[in-house]
Amino acid sequence: MSEPILEIRDLRKSFNALKATDGVSLDLHPGQIHALIGPNGAGKSTLIHQISGSLAADSGTIRFLGQDIGGLDMAARARLGLARSFQISSLAQEFSALRNVMLAIQAKEGSSFRFFRQVASDRSLIDPAMAMLERVGLAARAKVPAAELSHGERRQLEIAIALALSPKAFLFDEPMAGMGPEGSKQLTSFLDGLRHEAPMLLVEHDMDAVFALADRISVLVYGRIIATGTVDEIRRDPDVRRAYLGETA
Amino acid sequence: MTRETTVNLLITLLLLGLPLVAAGMGEPFYVTLATRVVVLALAAVGLNLALGLGGLLSFGHAAFFGLGGYVAGILATHAFNAEPLFAGIPGTTSMPLIWLAAVVVAGLVALPIGAISLRTTGVYFIMITLAFAQMIYYFAISWPAYGGEDGLSIYVRNAFPGINTAQPLPYFLICFAVLMAALLLFRLVEGSRFGSALQAARQNGVRLAAVGIPPFQIRLVAFTLSAMITGLAGALYADLNRFVGPSMLSWHMSGELMVLIILGGKGRLFGPVAGAMIFVCLEYVLGGITERWQFFLGLILLGIVLFARGGLLGLLSGKPRHV
Repeated sequence: MSEPILEIRDLRKSFNALKATDGVSLDLHPGQIHALIGPNGAGKSTLIHQISGSLAADSGTIRFLGQDIGGLDMAARARLGLARSFQISSLAQEFSALRNVMLAIQAKEGSSFRFFRQVASDRSLIDPAMAMLERVGLAARAKVPAAELSHGERRQLEIAIALALSPKAFLFDEPMAGMGPEGSKQLTSFLDGLRHEAPMLLVEHDMDAVFALADRISVLVYGRIIATGTVDEIRRDPDVRRAYLGETA
Repeated sequence: MTRETTVNLLITLLLLGLPLVAAGMGEPFYVTLATRVVVLALAAVGLNLALGLGGLLSFGHAAFFGLGGYVAGILATHAFNAEPLFAGIPGTTSMPLIWLAAVVVAGLVALPIGAISLRTTGVYFIMITLAFAQMIYYFAISWPAYGGEDGLSIYVRNAFPGINTAQPLPYFLICFAVLMAALLLFRLVEGSRFGSALQAARQNGVRLAAVGIPPFQIRLVAFTLSAMITGLAGALYADLNRFVGPSMLSWHMSGELMVLIILGGKGRLFGPVAGAMIFVCLEYVLGGITERWQFFLGLILLGIVLFARGGLLGLLSGKPRHV
């Protein structure tokens, strides 16, 4: 198999006595969607936080594109090409949808210390940002402040921002959360097309989406990965059925 | 033209027109009063960059205001006494040189203060900036070479090439031009890529970091730029009063600058200008009636914080435009 883009080895993180991440190892390969599932409180978001750099791991290594990124802060990891979305939408609320995406375009260009040229008339920011909004189907709402967007629209905006970074890997934390069945279905087919742009580590509760999308699935329970495999292997795994699927089936 | 632009234009005309009329009627006192408005507004424009755009509640901007003042006072004193400053560098009475020095000194001091303070947020940031400013305040008080507690007098107002600065009106016009330049700079920065990042840092620092822009660096540059503008205002203030004392460095001054911004409208281009106009008017009118004028200032502030978060500009021109 090809070299993994993201390589996590024996990652550990405790909050007092709680082992939120207890020796997690995981590989994300090019062209793949790797789903991370597990019951509530299993430590999925905590893991995403450690990979993206918003939380420091206690021990273990995270290699991205062959480089140990453990010592880098969130912004530096994002600049290397690690784009994340948030479980609870995290946007610049007063900015329009368009300005939120423009911020990502300007970040990608590494050009935030420019003090005079006005962004409001800067086609080199507006045009690519608009293209991203069109891709996620949010172009008609470009001028609306993020705070006034609907829940589903905010989720779309999060995706558009991640896309705008032209990342080397996506980390999506429950992108379907709170979306209706129709929205989930649309987003599922959209994410399906993204795997060839960059591999994706996908935390998701929507099992239909996970089984439709994932090339590999890892099951996280109490901070440990109890199984990793293809969709079929995971469906058949007795431990998984007992620990997780059994609860929802 | 948006309503806010119209209001801004009216404020500008008022601020420029009244001193011209007062000078024409031979009332130099009102020209000086207007100059006070302009210089305080300039100091608050500086703070507005950090506080309004960046959401950085600096309670220590008096440090930069006072430093600018002391730079003016110290350079002028050395020039007056014909003593070199240090290493043979002479003092100067040239305003452009003094301004340059004030801006550089304020920036150089703001950089380490910001670098340390910006590791904290919220109430800790407020307290750390306050602590740094108070350190500089007590340093000034205990340094007898430059007047200590008594401050420094500037016997002759410093010079600007080709303009008689001793007259109130020309000096007002100089300060007014500097304020306009600072407002233009503020507007440009606000609309720039840097301004976008800075405002995003205020709204959601995690979001900014998630797209790869380090909020700390953005905030540090904003804090420093903000201090430089406030430092420049300090130099003008010292020349206006022909005096610089530790009170310019005290926490009262930091609070006053914050009050100006809240009165006028936080984060708005002309917020500090409107705030300074209200403040100086109240100080003059109410101050003439009662020594306890700040009690009434407190009531007004209370009203604004409770009922008109956007300050005077918010009342006059509605919600800020979304971009």
